[in-house]
Amino acid sequence: MSHAHESQLSDWAEPFPGANYLRQTMAVAEADVRKLVHDPVELLTRMVQPVLWLLIFGQVFNRTHAIPTGGISYLDFMAPGILAQSVLFGAIFYGISLIWERDLGIVQKFLVSPAPRSTLVLGRAISSTARSLCQMFFVYVIAFLLHVQLRFGVLELAGVVLAVMLGSAVFSTFSLIVACLVKSRERFMGIGQVLTMPLFFASNAIYPLSLMPPWLRVVSKANPLSYQVDALRALMIVGGGSTFGIGIDFLMQIAALAILVIVATKLYPSIVT
Amino acid sequence: MENSSNTQAIEVLSLTRKFNSLVAVDHLTFSCVSGSTFGLLGPNGAGKSTLVKMLTTLLPPTSGTARIAGFDIVQHPELVRRKIGYVSQMLSADGDMTGYENLLISAKLYGIPRSERAKRIAQAFEFMELSHVSQKLVRQYSGGMIRRLEIAQSMLHRPHVLFLDEPSVGLDPSAKRSVWERIGELRREFGTTILMTTHDMEEADHLCDMVAVMHNGVLAALDTPAALKSQVGAAATLDDVFIHFTGATISEGGELRDVARTRITTQRLG
Repeated sequence: MSHAHESQLSDWAEPFPGANYLRQTMAVAEADVRKLVHDPVELLTRMVQPVLWLLIFGQVFNRTHAIPTGGISYLDFMAPGILAQSVLFGAIFYGISLIWERDLGIVQKFLVSPAPRSTLVLGRAISSTARSLCQMFFVYVIAFLLHVQLRFGVLELAGVVLAVMLGSAVFSTFSLIVACLVKSRERFMGIGQVLTMPLFFASNAIYPLSLMPPWLRVVSKANPLSYQVDALRALMIVGGGSTFGIGIDFLMQIAALAILVIVATKLYPSIVT
Repeated sequence: MENSSNTQAIEVLSLTRKFNSLVAVDHLTFSCVSGSTFGLLGPNGAGKSTLVKMLTTLLPPTSGTARIAGFDIVQHPELVRRKIGYVSQMLSADGDMTGYENLLISAKLYGIPRSERAKRIAQAFEFMELSHVSQKLVRQYSGGMIRRLEIAQSMLHRPHVLFLDEPSVGLDPSAKRSVWERIGELRREFGTTILMTTHDMEEADHLCDMVAVMHNGVLAALDTPAALKSQVGAAATLDDVFIHFTGATISEGGELRDVARTRITTQRLG
């Protein structure tokens, strides 16, 4: 059997410009999604945290009226915050899989392939969005059972999906950068713990900006999570409104993602050295 | 860029890598003839892995360069990556996916079009005698099967040069034999140039046309296995050659990290 007649890499024309780039990006995402399908247990464990927050924290604070929510119940106010939180907590530890796969030798295999480094970063960001959509589904089910006034219009739902995917892409890419910098699982776990709570509390997830001292308000406005929550609050809840404007919300998230992807692409190869 | 009259698949030109004050690879110059199998021996810490990392574009050199299939690793790493395959010493196959999925993802990463993909994947499984387990999760494979799968994976795009980092580490003798057999077959069928690192002298003797002994970042010896053995003594084995040129016994040396990695690999293969 001879392979001399086989076509070569360079012979294969792209059906459209960027087709190969897209295929490589999606291949990276596909690998992760296929693994998730083989072992979906991880997804189930992510249900626990939003249930606790909405059921316990939400129910208790619903009884006080100390927090200005703009005319909606506190539970309605915090539900988008808890969705964003659940996405954040899922995405922020995503980088540890890079360290794990580096230790196994899998990352090296991706890095010696001709796939551009940016496809390796974008592919991971996309696969994290698949996980985040499962979390969105859980949070909607819980919120619905707790009688949160959810909006079910097609446009609103599409907006929520987009905001959730963007949020997940932003924080999973951030996590990837942290992984490339710290390089070991132990250090990553430590830093991950340190990062999550400040990101969550220095945002408008469970109280509005108006309640914050000025310095915290400044920090919150630099936190991509605030823009995700702001968009979600307007799109998800009957009577919910946006503080910054939904256009700004999406713009800020896209800008954050672009910067993070560029930085991650630069750092990615250093994970194996 | 590409050298048309090129019979050297690998040309290493004064390649150097320093880690702070440590010179891991020290102005190394050698070449490998197209279609040959080149063995790189040397104790742990000799600089073999650093050399392979640079040649596969995973690590930038401090100075010097190398050309793979005519492409410069410093100037055109992205073109080099199209021409090489790499099987790391660790387990690069993903245990959480099936064998088929592993090859599918690789085929897509290498831009192999849909029309060609299914055929090449099926051929690869057949070639490596793994067709019967293609739909099983890789974590259920034996060590020898995983190695064969990884080699198949690295050959999907028909690389000019294949880098094998300790291909038989942690394998039992019969699995080792089957991996050797496949490597030999691969070379006959595709004319692939192979550069392999190994600690296994029998492996080097069995597979390699040329053997280099690396020690402290430089080549202590470079010749055919037969010539190296006759240089050392009438009844010398490659083990004797190794000891002669490195002044160490094989079991000595090596950092904790190297040993730990090998043990982990061995454990996962077992």
